Amino acid sequence: MIQFLSYLCNGISLGSVYAIIALGYTMVYGIAKMLNFAHGDVIMIGAYIAFCAMQYWGFPPVISVIAAMVVCTALGVIIERLAYKPLRKATSLAVLITAIGMSYLLQNVALLVWGANPKSFPSVVGLGALSMLNGQLIITSETIVTITACVVIMIVLTLFTSKTKMGKAMRVVSEDKGAAELMGINVNATISLTFAIGSALAAVAGVLLCSAYPTLQPTTGAMPGIKAFTAAVFGGIGSIPGAMLGGILLGVIEILGKAYVSMELGDAFVFAVLIVVLLVKPTGLLGKTIHEKV
Amino acid sequence: MTQKRQSNTKMVPVPSYSIVPERDVDKRPVLETRHLGIEFGGLKAVEDFNLTIGATEIAGLIGPNGAGKTTVFNLLTKVYQPTNGVVILDGKDTAGMNAAQASKLGIARTFQNIRLFGNMTVEDNVRIGLHNQIRYGMVSGILRGPSYWKQEKAQHEKALELLSIFDMQDMADMQAGSLPYGAQRRLEIVRALATNPKLLLLDEPAAGMNPHETEELMENITKIRDQFQIAIMLIEHDMNLVMGICEGICVLNYGRIIAKGTASEIQSNPTVIEAYLGKRKEG
Amino acid sequence: MTRKQKMLMSNLITYGMVTIAFIVCQLALSGSIDGFKMSRSLKGQLVPICAWIVMAVSLNLVVGVSGELSLGHAGFMSVGTFSGAVVSGWLLNAFQMENEPVRLLIAMIVAGVCAGVAGVLIGIPVLRLRGDYLAIVTLAFGEIIRNVLNCVYINVDGKKLIFGFNTPTLPGKALLAGPQGAVGVDKISTFVMGFVLIMFTLVVVLNLINSRSGRAIMAIRDSRIAAESVGLNVTKYKMMAFVTSAVLAGMAGALYGLNYSTVAASKFKFDTSILVLVFVVLGGIGNIRGSIIAATLLTILPEMLRAFSNYRMLVYAVVLIVVMLTTNSPFLAGKLATVKGILKGRKNTGKEGDAV
Repeated sequence: MIQFLSYLCNGISLGSVYAIIALGYTMVYGIAKMLNFAHGDVIMIGAYIAFCAMQYWGFPPVISVIAAMVVCTALGVIIERLAYKPLRKATSLAVLITAIGMSYLLQNVALLVWGANPKSFPSVVGLGALSMLNGQLIITSETIVTITACVVIMIVLTLFTSKTKMGKAMRVVSEDKGAAELMGINVNATISLTFAIGSALAAVAGVLLCSAYPTLQPTTGAMPGIKAFTAAVFGGIGSIPGAMLGGILLGVIEILGKAYVSMELGDAFVFAVLIVVLLVKPTGLLGKTIHEKV
Repeated sequence: MTQKRQSNTKMVPVPSYSIVPERDVDKRPVLETRHLGIEFGGLKAVEDFNLTIGATEIAGLIGPNGAGKTTVFNLLTKVYQPTNGVVILDGKDTAGMNAAQASKLGIARTFQNIRLFGNMTVEDNVRIGLHNQIRYGMVSGILRGPSYWKQEKAQHEKALELLSIFDMQDMADMQAGSLPYGAQRRLEIVRALATNPKLLLLDEPAAGMNPHETEELMENITKIRDQFQIAIMLIEHDMNLVMGICEGICVLNYGRIIAKGTASEIQSNPTVIEAYLGKRKEG
Repeated sequence: MTRKQKMLMSNLITYGMVTIAFIVCQLALSGSIDGFKMSRSLKGQLVPICAWIVMAVSLNLVVGVSGELSLGHAGFMSVGTFSGAVVSGWLLNAFQMENEPVRLLIAMIVAGVCAGVAGVLIGIPVLRLRGDYLAIVTLAFGEIIRNVLNCVYINVDGKKLIFGFNTPTLPGKALLAGPQGAVGVDKISTFVMGFVLIMFTLVVVLNLINSRSGRAIMAIRDSRIAAESVGLNVTKYKMMAFVTSAVLAGMAGALYGLNYSTVAASKFKFDTSILVLVFVVLGGIGNIRGSIIAATLLTILPEMLRAFSNYRMLVYAVVLIVVMLTTNSPFLAGKLATVKGILKGRKNTGKEGDAV
């Protein structure tokens, strides 16, 4: 039982990281109707920047995280401008292939800059662990910080999209680009803003992910990226609470599956969830149905 | 407008089921709908749609923008599954069928926003229409036995013959997506005809055509009916075309039928004038 | 020339190109012409090149002809590799079948059937989806196949095959050993068989494209709704393209696997699917001959440019992005057409993107 609670905590913690990454996917998919395959690799870049800032330049953790967020924001906007914007009217096949290319580009640039050897990522939290039930259940400070960060980010984002002018503009653009343009909304700027927010969150997710699982290498972001996309689909693409719910459920499923069923098949479980969700309820848990116009 | 039924059009008997009641012949209707309706998230897009079309009738479906005309076509061709009522095609209930199965029963259509196979040739577009009339499978297609060559040849000739309806044989090798707009609309009709339909649905066939082309189209629609002995139902905003060739007209507003009858009956119907024709005079 | 004659001509060029390349390689291998010889490393690449060509052509059937992005093509290849290796090992150990070409042929056929079955099982759920979702689910299936194969153990004991899941200690001689993959493989793949497989693939794919079924597949790609409206069974034809492609990938997998003494499941990661996609994109989506050329060049070049091996994937990534941007962005496509026009004095420009 204690064992189970401990797994559950780990699951929720990992799930929170997925949720933060999934927010980036879900916002971009909602607004640009594209699967930003490179999102997972932005996470990896964010983690490397934070790593360099702490290890090589000796910045304190908070400054390092902010530095990573700034770099990733810029990176996200540049990627969108250079690679995705010219393809706004192209087929989804072309956009997806470009995004895959971008993902590989980031991975290989990281490989050239930082090398293939895994770096051992120092935790940004550095507090003691929380011990409960007479020390039988230990919850690390990373877990607590990750879950808190996830909840805070979700609340702030929900408020942002429902209360602020820019947030409302984002929702309008995701509904109907043409109509938004007619209403005087700057569609390009809004899409850039979405990429900026998503990428900044990716940096946070990267730091949190590597604090919990401290091996950092150029392929670090790829798998969590794909899994987070699964989480976004699971929760219903385009929905912010959905990304959160999907992420946490997926993290729990992965950890419990690995613990109780088979270590080797852990990833297979996550993908099986994706397949089942898409077949049974393609709109996800909290998504809405879209009718195809004939 | 009075010159409508002359020249190359021979008088075709229309069964009593049709919109125009006084015509009579003992042929069963090609299409019958009863209480047909569909809802999108609580919104009734089409409601209680009852219509019968005779085997060789030209029927018009008109109504203001957003009245649900194309939705009716989507219901008849089983692109949408109705929430209420039945569609009976050629005597068979289409409940649970998909669009491909409905097509095999003998319904064919064109689209308001043209949907050709743009990367393929004009001839191949027609050949796709003939798909279900040739019968060699994947393996003989790969092995290229005698049946492949024979059927390919027959299909090629049939495609050219169909294209000749609109004098398009010379365009057979062109890419469908590169055709001029009017030719694309005509190609859609040829492709639909290739499926050997009993009922042909035309969604705004004259849209974007100049008066001369529209005139030609009108002649061709009646010609197609006479030659193929099929029923045709069309959605159109060009009233000259509708009043000129449609023997029965059905008027739709807010998803409901507000009038049925002949051209003259429709033109003098006060409800229709209020809902539709009155509006048209302004613009 | 009519479009049909052009197409026939183009197909003949494709067959001719492959045949001539084969004859030239055979001449070089035989060493009958003085000074015309093949380097050792290139010799070792001949069979893999054949396998990658078949992979690229078969993926092009899905991506170019059927218009769906499959990101799990390496999964089908791995099914072929492992089933082929098991069959070959079984025939050799249990029945002492020494005739290598026949054994290779049987292994390839069984591999094709196994991959085809996998294709049907995966195709049923996958082909109900569209666009990005379809792509990501093929990726998911590719990873699931790899994860599962990582746990499969198959040994041959006497005449019997013994299957195990996560059980490294089975009696008899190991054929498939979990994460180590196929072990103790008898290397029986030959360049001649590779050539035969390429020709077989070309006959299947090119004839399919030019038949009733192939036209249906392309029609569905161009407009699914219109295709349904003229009575095409969308699922049937999507499945046809997907499964045919899987079968060919499985056969290529057997050819590839039986060229090495061991092949691990990790060889068929997501990267491998992407590699094949790079062949298809660089050769031109929907362009079969392009796939053949791209697969050949991109397999030989890295061997020749070992010094730049670090940049290999980087270059591939840039290739993907640049090809997509130049063929799909109206702005860049316009610029490119102008440049081409200046260089060639106006020759036909818009040939790529034919099937995009």
